[in-house]
Amino acid sequence: MDWSSMVGGSLQQALGAPAIIYCLAAIGLNVHFGYTGLLNFGQAGFMAVAGYALASLVATWGMSFWVGLVVGLALSVVLALLLGIPTLRLRADYLAIVTIAAAEIIRQTIGSVTLLRYFGGQDGLQQFVGTFQGLNPFHNSVTIGITTWRPYDFWLLVVGWTVVALCCIVVYLLMRSPWGRVLKAIREDEDAVRSLGKNVYAYKMQSLVIGGLIGALAGFMSALQNSSIVPSQFATDTTFFAYTVLLVGGAARVLGPVVGALIFWFLITFLDAFFGDATQGAHPLIPTWIMSNDQASVMRLIVMGLALMLLMIFRPQGIFGDRRELAIDAR
Amino acid sequence: MPAETTPAAADDVDPRSLAEVPAEPGAAKPDPILVVDSVVRRFGGLRAVDVDHLEVQRGVITALIGPNGAGKTTLFNLLTGFDKASAGSWSFDGHPTHSLPAYKVARLGMVRTFQLTRVLARLTVLENMRIAAVGQRGERLARAMVAPLWRAQEREVTERAMALLDRFGLAAMCDEFAGSLSGGQRKLLEMARALMVEPRLVMLDEPMAGVNPALKQSLLAHVKSLRDEGMSVLFVEHDMDMVRDISDWVVVMAQGALVAEGPPESVMADERVIDAYLGAHHDVSLETVEAEIADETDEELAADD
Ligand SMILES: Nc1ncnc2c1ncn2[C@@H]1O[C@H](COP(=O)(O)OP(=O)(O)O)[C@@H](O)[C@H]1O
Ligand SMILES: [Mg+2]
Repeated sequence: MDWSSMVGGSLQQALGAPAIIYCLAAIGLNVHFGYTGLLNFGQAGFMAVAGYALASLVATWGMSFWVGLVVGLALSVVLALLLGIPTLRLRADYLAIVTIAAAEIIRQTIGSVTLLRYFGGQDGLQQFVGTFQGLNPFHNSVTIGITTWRPYDFWLLVVGWTVVALCCIVVYLLMRSPWGRVLKAIREDEDAVRSLGKNVYAYKMQSLVIGGLIGALAGFMSALQNSSIVPSQFATDTTFFAYTVLLVGGAARVLGPVVGALIFWFLITFLDAFFGDATQGAHPLIPTWIMSNDQASVMRLIVMGLALMLLMIFRPQGIFGDRRELAIDAR
Repeated sequence: MPAETTPAAADDVDPRSLAEVPAEPGAAKPDPILVVDSVVRRFGGLRAVDVDHLEVQRGVITALIGPNGAGKTTLFNLLTGFDKASAGSWSFDGHPTHSLPAYKVARLGMVRTFQLTRVLARLTVLENMRIAAVGQRGERLARAMVAPLWRAQEREVTERAMALLDRFGLAAMCDEFAGSLSGGQRKLLEMARALMVEPRLVMLDEPMAGVNPALKQSLLAHVKSLRDEGMSVLFVEHDMDMVRDISDWVVVMAQGALVAEGPPESVMADERVIDAYLGAHHDVSLETVEAEIADETDEELAADD
């Protein structure tokens, strides 16, 4: 068993684009769920709208990369308004239902045969990262410790983590302000906040828009990651992985999503490599009567699910959460 | 401002302005801050609230009493924008408020507390107070990220919050999570928080429920001090001693409607009021019940409830 290559490969994922994508998606969800208590189960929808806006404007309509970014952000704001206007006055669960449905509608629409000319159906779109590639200052592979990065991947990593850092700073600045205090209060009890003269609906809408914008950044990263975009990148489990990342790190903590993403992607890649390795060859470490090599591929999800359950039971506040908060029965 | 707001006469405030008011349901007041007209709230077939006319006098403490299920909380919810009336209109200080959302009602200066306290559990006691200040610059998204734009105001808000916490005996707990407070302390915090909004009319829904006797006294004093500072108070209460002790005027509801109104002494002797209570619940400490109990001093402890 090649431990160093397993650890190296896992680090590569934990530091690279996959972790960045889910980290950004989770930062957005942190604004929604962690700070405001909004149940957005359609973060993948925000990612899809932004990612496809960028890809299709460049690849299909021949516009500039920068126009694609701006339109992607603008459309994610529009999506937030569309989702929020009918639901944010209602009970919290309505937003959850509407967002999860909207994300699926978006994915199915984008992948449909009818719109094949614009969005490329299930094969998606390619050839829209030229501008981004052109800006890449790295021309050789970069080696850090036991990880080695191709120039494009390293460029993506630098840009990605810079964006993550900026988002964390924005979230930090917002959440320590009186504005952030209103969001946290809404999470605790929105009727109490109303009784104190705050327009709860407007604050929820602002929160939905800001979290959605950060979700859009995750969508851009998702499109840039493989220089191609396909609908399956934005399936419902994308949102749930982002929630997992958030809960592992700890909701309502600025750095929760960052820590969560690193741990999540390290573990999930490592487990995959481990079970793959352990079931391979003529004399596998794990005998074939326990599991075959084919079966091993789902082991990572089983173990991650188990770990998440244990985490929720023994440390529901996440890695970063505050124990004191747990002692409080919230209502 | 009515004469009784002078702080010196805290205990024997004579609401002179109410002396001429007839003790009948819907009586007109000389200087009403809240005027309610034909408000109806139906829940299916039930008319939970059906009030023809009600005026609440400015600068005094008005008690709203009535048996459980009389519709007091529902009326509070309607007046403060937390529920929608089936019909009716009302105005606060001359502004029609029946179609306003709850937050606008609060901003006009009509602030309520809840029967079941609603503290913001995972915010500290101090944050619970700070959030209630109105017109905070840092609550605007566009300015939130730039602390220098709101830091000075935040300092003022904090000072005001600490002064109020001090007055309500919660200053020592300012950094605790509000969720860790006792039931009585939560009631205190909720009242103090309502004052951060700088209301003109404070509406308290059962401020004494579940509060231990020691805290009750201090809560009583706090409610009185609101009046002394010129605020109007409308409160729901079951504790008749408290009602008698601090209220200048009592309004009685039963089955959604007003059944009586008047100064505390006369209202509590009113047949209709006694009927309303005894008809619904026998465990309410009205004067008659108390008199009965006093007669049978030996069996006092064995009495019902
Ligand atoms: N949301 C609701 N749905 C149905 N019935 C309600 C609702 N709220 C209150 N009621 C009914 O309205 C009546 C008045 O209730 P409430 O205002 O809470 O009384 P009070 O505060 O005087 O004890 C009660 O019969 C209660 O069951
Ligand atoms: Mg009630």
